Amino acid sequence: MTTGTTPVPLDERLTRLWRTAPGVYGVFATVDHKVIGRRYLVTSVVFLLLGGIEAALLRVQLATSGMRLLSPAMYDAVFTMHGLTMIFWYAAPVLSGFSNYLWPLMLGARDMACPRANALSYWTFLMSGIFLYTSVLLGQMPDAGWFAYAPLTGIAYSPGLRMDFYAIGLVFLGVSTTVGAVNFLVTIFRTRAPGMSLDRMPIFVWGTLTTSFAVLAATPALTVACAFLYLDRRAGTRFYDAAAGGSALLWQHLFWSFGHPWVYIVVLPAMGMISDLIPTFCRRPLVGYPFVALATVSTGILGFGVWVHHMFATGIPPVATSFFSAASMVITIPSAVAVFAWLATMWHGRPVLRTPMLFAAGFIVLFVIGGVSGVVTGSVAYDWQVTDTYFVVAHLHYVLIGINVFAVLAGFYYWFPKMTGRMLDERLGRVNFWLMFIGFGVGFFPMHTLGLAGMPRRIYSYHPGLGWEWQNLWVTIGSFVFALGIAAFLVNVVYSLRRGAEAGANPWDAPTLEWAVPSPPPPHNFERIPIVASRHPLWEERLSPDAPRTQLEGPALDAGRDTPGTTALDAEADEVLRMPEDTLWPFALALTLLVICYGLVAGRWWLAAAGAIGLAATIVGWFWPVRHQPSGAAT
Amino acid sequence: MSTMADPYRLPVDPVGRFSPGWWAMVLVIATEAMFFVYLLFGYLYLDSLARGAWPPEGPPRLTLAAPNTVLLLASSGTTWWAEREITRGAIGRFRIGLLVTFILGASFLGIQGLEYARERFTPSSHAYGSLFFTITGFHAAHVAVGLLMLLVVQLRAAFGHFDARRHLAVANVTMYWHFVDAVWVVVFTTLYLLPNLG
Repeated sequence: MTTGTTPVPLDERLTRLWRTAPGVYGVFATVDHKVIGRRYLVTSVVFLLLGGIEAALLRVQLATSGMRLLSPAMYDAVFTMHGLTMIFWYAAPVLSGFSNYLWPLMLGARDMACPRANALSYWTFLMSGIFLYTSVLLGQMPDAGWFAYAPLTGIAYSPGLRMDFYAIGLVFLGVSTTVGAVNFLVTIFRTRAPGMSLDRMPIFVWGTLTTSFAVLAATPALTVACAFLYLDRRAGTRFYDAAAGGSALLWQHLFWSFGHPWVYIVVLPAMGMISDLIPTFCRRPLVGYPFVALATVSTGILGFGVWVHHMFATGIPPVATSFFSAASMVITIPSAVAVFAWLATMWHGRPVLRTPMLFAAGFIVLFVIGGVSGVVTGSVAYDWQVTDTYFVVAHLHYVLIGINVFAVLAGFYYWFPKMTGRMLDERLGRVNFWLMFIGFGVGFFPMHTLGLAGMPRRIYSYHPGLGWEWQNLWVTIGSFVFALGIAAFLVNVVYSLRRGAEAGANPWDAPTLEWAVPSPPPPHNFERIPIVASRHPLWEERLSPDAPRTQLEGPALDAGRDTPGTTALDAEADEVLRMPEDTLWPFALALTLLVICYGLVAGRWWLAAAGAIGLAATIVGWFWPVRHQPSGAAT
Repeated sequence: MSTMADPYRLPVDPVGRFSPGWWAMVLVIATEAMFFVYLLFGYLYLDSLARGAWPPEGPPRLTLAAPNTVLLLASSGTTWWAEREITRGAIGRFRIGLLVTFILGASFLGIQGLEYARERFTPSSHAYGSLFFTITGFHAAHVAVGLLMLLVVQLRAAFGHFDARRHLAVANVTMYWHFVDAVWVVVFTTLYLLPNLG
């Protein structure tokens, strides 16, 4: 393999093979999963902040009765953008960011299976977000709520471009989500390190595996719903027009067929992160690993059978509502399995209360509260009482903030050292946690009681004397304390990037493979391909001294950009995959999609057609084979 | 695991079921299939709610659609034959197979256009019309994409990119083409046959 008399060290040879080209070209052409993962994380946090600013506007408007900050129309637009931004452009992409960054490291690979598709999923994510926020620049923000019920979204009730931005923007984002899911699944099927059998994968990987299947099965429902909406508005079709044989409920069925699985898409990987991080801080393996893995998968499957519980108040026959009510209750079983596994791990371990563990503990508390407020609304009778009130707002924020944001913060504190080589500051971390945890409780718990007191959701103001003022003030104060917590996090990131303590390869003494490589990892991740022998490669000495050990000194695979290909179930090596080099095609493809979307929203068909021709040309260019360099190592 | 000691006994950059591209195509087809499932759900849901006749103008005529279906199914046969020939290294026959598939697929689109022109309703007439044109239209778009793929594969074959062993793009395009044909069988059954039976 080596030529000449002075062989280049393996590490340097691999770095030359795998590193991204320097300069502007590299910025747009990189296919490194770590760069893409970081971009995903940063971009989705930017969307979190945008959604947070929108939330702050809403809370000031509702702080007391009769506020005049936002007009009723503007209030509608802001709460719609808040929901869209948080649910679609923050909650799922941030988890994709963690998956993109961590998967190859956890699974012992040098990249994702489809690195160019990976770049494409990021660029389409970014550009769909730019597309959505173009509506703000034009003063045409979507304003019918994030679930956009027909017929309010029709051209008669919502003239202008607002709901066109909604429909096209969501389909555009769907491209990103779908490409990402395909990439995750192929990565699982083909590129785990030898020996990384299914039962040795971290639970986080199980979570994203489940959600990737859910994405492939559910996203088309949203695409169909949005296509119907766009055609109704712009091409005169009658899908949602009851007068012409259409139905407004068709939208609800399609939207929630997608929407409920989506809830699990934005929580299952987050639950997985918690399942992987609790063992590290409890100094013992997760209790009931197979049960937690199976609970993850079964939650994902059951999530497809409960969409009608969003529609109990639409006059659906009792037979249907009873069935979907029962199905919704069943989901508590796998959720409870996970919760008890976490509690048992803590009970039998020796918890070390560092910041990631604090967030994990907070996560469990909020998960249980959000779970209880969820299962009660799964009952039809209770749902009829609280539907469209602040009780539902409370529930969905407990679920989305509790299970997503708290887990994401735990994940940031846990894996930031791996990504940057520096620890986040512990003291600031504690301030960060307590501000967020207390702010959340103060801000969001009263929403339950406000809902029970009859306050409807989506009202831009309310009359004095209804008894809602002081609770609303609490909600506003609490959410600002919560926002301070997020600010503390940002300060911590900026501070620790410069001043943070050096992390080293494994600062937490954690058991999984990503901690076997330097922090931050080199472009090729693993100098030698690991051959995995257990679920806890770095704890084997302590857990089972006599069992066969994981080899961290496997083959070098240094003849090209190579990573091992393995079988889907047992991860036996059966090939060497030669991975693609830097390329501009993914960026170009995303750009042509952006052009098509602008053409469609503006009704400029020539522009959309030009974009489509560009798209076809780009795809041909993408798949046109590149002659492999004989060996990049020699140059 | 002993093979890993000398990894180059393993095939490098292999094709077919070992390739990430093959798996990716399977998954893309899976999500595309779900897309048609939801479209047909929309059709059956509005059918179940319909107060009057469904379809409002009576069942669609089969005079063009039935022969057209035969045409498309035949194209699945020719693409199967083409793929078999490439695995035997017969590039010439393979390219003929692709060409015939392309002609059959293009004729399918032409005949469908003819049928569109003869319909007594438009996408704006009623929800049934919207569904009919949207579902068949999305299917036609998939056929058009398939035709484009066939062109590209034809072009790449002219450049000598494929041989008996290395022809992943052919395998993927063939798989996609079979999928588009299979979807048509379901669409044809739901939109054309069922109303005529009822």
